[in-house]
Amino acid sequence: MSQAAAHHEHEHHDHHPSGITRWLTTTNHKDIGSMYLIFSLIMFFIGGAMAMVIRAELFQPGLQFVDPQFFNSMTTMHALVMIFGAVMPAWTGFANWMIPMMIGAPDMALPRLNNWSFWILPFAFTLLLSTVFMPGGGPAGGWTMYPPLVLQTGAAFPFLIFAVHFMGASSIAGAINIIATVFNMRAPGMTLMKLPLFVWTWIITAFLLIASIPVLAGAVTMLLTDKFFGTAFFSAAGGGDPVMFQHIFWFFGHPEVYILILPAFGIVSAIIPTFARKPLFGYSSMVYASAAIAFLSFIVWAHHMFTVGMPLAGELFFMYTTVLIAVPTGVKVFNWVATMWQSSMTFETPMLFAIAFVILFTIGGFSGLMLGVTPVDFQYHDTYFVVAHFHYVLVTGAVYALMAGTYFWLPKWTGHMYDEGLGKLHFWMSTISVNVLFFPQHFLGLAGMPRRIPDYSVQFADFNMISSLGGFVFGLSQLLFVVVIVKCVKGGAKATDQVWDGAHGLEWTLPSPPPYHSFNTPPAPETIEGGMR
Amino acid sequence: MMFSKHKNPWRLLATASALLGVPAAAMADWGLNLTRGVTPYSETVYDLHMLILGVCVVIGVVVFGLIFYSIFAFRKSNGAKPAQWHESTKVEVLWTLVPFLILIGMAVPATHALIMMENTGGSDMTIKVTGYQWKWHYQYVDEGINYFSTLANDSNVARQLDSGVDPKSVPNYLLEVDNHLVVPVGKKIRFLTTAGDVIHAWWVPALGWKRDAIPGYINESWAQIKEPGTYRGQCAELCGKDHGFMPIVVDALSEQDYAAWVAKMKSATQHAEASTAPVAAVAEK
Repeated sequence: MSQAAAHHEHEHHDHHPSGITRWLTTTNHKDIGSMYLIFSLIMFFIGGAMAMVIRAELFQPGLQFVDPQFFNSMTTMHALVMIFGAVMPAWTGFANWMIPMMIGAPDMALPRLNNWSFWILPFAFTLLLSTVFMPGGGPAGGWTMYPPLVLQTGAAFPFLIFAVHFMGASSIAGAINIIATVFNMRAPGMTLMKLPLFVWTWIITAFLLIASIPVLAGAVTMLLTDKFFGTAFFSAAGGGDPVMFQHIFWFFGHPEVYILILPAFGIVSAIIPTFARKPLFGYSSMVYASAAIAFLSFIVWAHHMFTVGMPLAGELFFMYTTVLIAVPTGVKVFNWVATMWQSSMTFETPMLFAIAFVILFTIGGFSGLMLGVTPVDFQYHDTYFVVAHFHYVLVTGAVYALMAGTYFWLPKWTGHMYDEGLGKLHFWMSTISVNVLFFPQHFLGLAGMPRRIPDYSVQFADFNMISSLGGFVFGLSQLLFVVVIVKCVKGGAKATDQVWDGAHGLEWTLPSPPPYHSFNTPPAPETIEGGMR
Repeated sequence: MMFSKHKNPWRLLATASALLGVPAAAMADWGLNLTRGVTPYSETVYDLHMLILGVCVVIGVVVFGLIFYSIFAFRKSNGAKPAQWHESTKVEVLWTLVPFLILIGMAVPATHALIMMENTGGSDMTIKVTGYQWKWHYQYVDEGINYFSTLANDSNVARQLDSGVDPKSVPNYLLEVDNHLVVPVGKKIRFLTTAGDVIHAWWVPALGWKRDAIPGYINESWAQIKEPGTYRGQCAELCGKDHGFMPIVVDALSEQDYAAWVAKMKSATQHAEASTAPVAAVAEK
């Protein structure tokens, strides 16, 4: 049956409001997905501007631009904005746009909850960002909010806590919606082991969110009562324990790491087979590896705090479980390489970002393996080596996958092809500069530079200058990304339904751009089989 | 503020060779790699670091080599035809088991190193290190010597916002303190770390470890320094505004020099106590 006919018929009785009311009241998965993605892009630039302040101050030794307190608030806010404001909402945006189209559903299962989970975010980040202008400045105790230091925060403190609560509520609502959608809205014939990997990795992510975010909410609530209501959960003087906060925080914090990266695995697993024109190698082992990573993520948390002085047995346990994650992660990398083997590749922008993801994420994985080995971590811990590690996995990992996914589906979303030349320019500028930015930070850390310091001894000057230069170029390069997106939304060559000749999956059977309600009638089982790769 | 002209190409060369996985021991002077340190533990850590780095480089060369080979060999523009195979139980079991065995090979020396680090027994002396915002306090538990150690004044002047002082003109900028921690070589020193306000971390890379200083906790670690010398480090846990400005300097002296230093400190302490005691007595009344 014709999708276009269904779409046409539908428009006769569907009068949605226009103007701002449309966006405030929308329950449509595509509108909400777009709002998530635009919000995330804005946050990416706000967080990026903070990173530019950090790199400008670290350009040379001595303090030139900002005082240490403001510097610390920049590192703290940069992390909070990038993690909770840029990467997490971006994944929810992708999920909103793609999951109903990938499973053959008309929309998300809980559309009103969907609207609400998005509209919490602007309030959360208004609260958080406003703290920079408060007496005492923004939160400056690090995004990990370790007490007792975080309790020294000024007027910003309760705003920080409630902002975190709001972000958490939004994430949990989004996760519930995704689970409800995938388990209830799949087209007949779309069995679990036929789901695209992006859907699989997102279900696993959603369970991680539901399990871990309430733990964070509990931890920050205890901080709040310690500060204002005289409790002493984390105060040694009152019989509490500052290390307990770290255990609780990282019980959330490590699954959070995989919340940020698992959907990236799903996107890369869609892009590489498309441009390699060859089925993904080891689909089921990809699913099992993702589940294994998710399980392990709950029993490795203390590797973030090896230096707090745990008993030997604890240190050994967390070292063994941590390095064990290398096995399922390795399986994924090997599967992507095997997919490329004996394939027929072309190198459009999404593929370039996906291949760069595999290589650069693996570099971050190597440094992660090194950090997981406890006795050596006693040297690496809290140095720039750690900073290099998590930026390789988060920037060239999660953010690269987000960019790859944007270029991959932008023609589907807008109905126009993006400017391939500009896209490639964006890729090469980003990839060269991001390595100039983060690779020297490995050396800085090994040579002994602690993280979170606004000024440093002169032996670190050369690498910091190189790193800052890379940072400025990387920051500016991202403006190209905006140019490409705006150009593509406004116009461009008409995209076909298929868009990429090697693309498989239900979303490519819909017109570009897809109709307002994705699948009003479920796709035929043969279509689902045809989409399987 | 640019690099000196002759130094820059070498630095780039060193960076490039590090990227290529050239043994980094040869490049320790370039500030690229972990220090080998001056304690049995730091040397163990260094060897372990080089082992894991080596394993990662080898795996990286193989995996990235396969990717780049694929990029050149299996491109559509070369007329490559895609195969349609997409699983192989044999290969998948293999690349699950082999990494697992490599991990076991790494975990064995790592476990030995950890057991070594956690064995704080049989120490010859004990120093209690207390972190404060933003200075360190050292207490020689057996000798009754104790004092604070804060950022040296010339560094403190230079590090102020827009101080106008070039950091490069300050000797050991941000890595110098007023009172060094003085220890003997060859003795097993037990360090007890704790804090008086927020969490800090005491880290001297040459000793091979850092350990958090946490209010309400007393953490144990140890070091046995082989060679006399001055070893510098910093606070490694964010502790507020001046986290970057509470360095650590350790002077390791020969046993005789150390004994002389202890005697000098003790007489100075007695002197100070003798002169302040009457004042304190008056104040109490």
